Amino acid sequence: MSESEKAARLSVFKTYKLFVGGKFPRSESGRVYEVTDSKGRWLANAPQSSRKDARDAVVAARKAFAGWSGATAYNRGQILYRVAEMLEGRRDQFVREVGDAEGLSKSKAGAVVDAAIDRWVWYAGWTDKIAQIVGGANPVAGPYFNLSSPEPTGVVAILAPQESSFLGLVSVVAPVIATGNTAVVVTSEASPLPALSLGEVLATSDLPGGVVNLLSGRTAEIATPLAAHQDVNAIDLAGAEEVLAKELEIAAADNLKRVRRPQPVDWAADPGTERLTSFLETKTVWHPAGGSGSSGAAY
Amino acid sequence: MPLTVPAHGPEAAARLASMSDVTASDGSLRRFLHGLPGVDAVGLEGRAATLGTRSIKTTAKAYAIDLAISMIDLTTLEGADTPGKVRALCAKGVHPDPLDRSTPKVAAICVYPDMVKVAKESLGDSGVKVASVATAFPAGRAALPVKLADVADAVAAGADEVDMVIDRGAFLAGHYLKVYDEIRAVKEACRRPDSTSAHLKVIFETGELSTYDNIRRASWLGMLAGADFIKTSTGKVAVNATPPNTLILLEAVRDFRETVGVQVGVKPAGGIRTTKDAIKFLVLVNETVGEDWLSNDWFRFGASSLLNDLLMQRQKLSTGRYSGPDYVTVD
Repeated sequence: MSESEKAARLSVFKTYKLFVGGKFPRSESGRVYEVTDSKGRWLANAPQSSRKDARDAVVAARKAFAGWSGATAYNRGQILYRVAEMLEGRRDQFVREVGDAEGLSKSKAGAVVDAAIDRWVWYAGWTDKIAQIVGGANPVAGPYFNLSSPEPTGVVAILAPQESSFLGLVSVVAPVIATGNTAVVVTSEASPLPALSLGEVLATSDLPGGVVNLLSGRTAEIATPLAAHQDVNAIDLAGAEEVLAKELEIAAADNLKRVRRPQPVDWAADPGTERLTSFLETKTVWHPAGGSGSSGAAY
Repeated sequence: MPLTVPAHGPEAAARLASMSDVTASDGSLRRFLHGLPGVDAVGLEGRAATLGTRSIKTTAKAYAIDLAISMIDLTTLEGADTPGKVRALCAKGVHPDPLDRSTPKVAAICVYPDMVKVAKESLGDSGVKVASVATAFPAGRAALPVKLADVADAVAAGADEVDMVIDRGAFLAGHYLKVYDEIRAVKEACRRPDSTSAHLKVIFETGELSTYDNIRRASWLGMLAGADFIKTSTGKVAVNATPPNTLILLEAVRDFRETVGVQVGVKPAGGIRTTKDAIKFLVLVNETVGEDWLSNDWFRFGASSLLNDLLMQRQKLSTGRYSGPDYVTVD
């Protein structure tokens, strides 16, 4: 190809789309908004989701819940590890997008992406171990086996962190789905591109459609109907500023959603198991044990 | 003499008799049905699709939702139906949303003939009617005496309405008079000892009639034979009620009223699951036959899961919060 032919080639821009129910729809409203890099230069147009997109995402997440929460923890771990493999394969793309979004040099952005992939692997390992940490046999004063086991809360709405567009996102999404919840994620408002690209990774990683749904747009506009939604079981307010967080917490009270308030987090630090346990419910069963009267039969 | 009489009224028979030359023989009936104008399939589907794009919002939507709820024939037609399930469905039909007593009740509960008694007892004087499918539903493949006994059974048990299936085999083979006579016989079997009658809905199973022209012919055949309602489908085959085939039925009842002066109801059934779908059908009714048909005396939905979606939408409109399946019954 000669120099002049190279120059004549038209650039192919990527159309960023939402990720809902395993598909890549545009916003139902047809709106988009301009996304710029940290210096204000235009990068792409991202879909600006409406409340109806939020509603559709919740329907998709609810539909996926039975299958995902019913999958074995081992299987979930395998699938999440597969996600990490796919992330690794697209490392260059994420380095570029994270660098643009957060104004980082190539090496710093590379470190952030590596940390995010490592975190994903770390959470993938937790899927079949969390039950041993937060569940187990309880000693009770009676002839019973008393066993507690963690169960996923259900459909979790997540407001992803606004500043850390990729490492922060992975740090809030991975623990939620690792334990069997399904998620509706509102991406960082100013830097949604790494999140929307993550959708393309999830779509090619054996993750069932609807387990993670990604919505870009104005955080307040999408989060308000999610917080009030009767079919959402929990909400993580990581990306909500103070006034909005308060409003959302009030809206979330109506159906007794589990709410995780925003708090300052160093996303680069070791996260611990706290986010894994935030969206778990404890199921306890009592089982008769020991001698059953005159028959003398042991359990 | 009033311009239009209802199909279930006493004057309808005389009006239908004015068409007796058409129904005199198989030949004349065939000539008439095949003389009906052909259906423009592209135009029909285009019109149904266009009417489906109407935006119905806020107060109009609230009205449409309540109207749709009041038009539902809440249906359970499973081999596994138990008396308990039928009773639960009846309770739901009378108070679809127990938390909001302003919710209208459904039009009828639709069951198999052997469950009519249970439904009748649990509905009492609530005003919700009992509809029973009959005539060897859903295939209709039984001898006429068996079908008639099926109908008589349902009527004796107290059914207010009978949903019969036509003999699609005979229809497709061109034996129109046989189908006509069968509908007449079933209509006769709907008569109660006190000379009132259970209303007769005639199911064409449009998904098995192959062409739009056949659906139009079946509609006229059913109405000529005295149907009080014409109904698209049983809900037991792959293709059930669709906007285009319901539009043909609506055009048929409109034209039938124009020519014969008898008003017949329409019931799409099967496959209508969302509020959005239901509202599309209501738009079709309003735009094709007008307000005269916008009540549960003249238009019904044969549905089961539709009601839950309507209730969730109704809750959304009244509270501003999206509702979820946890807030409606599982049935």
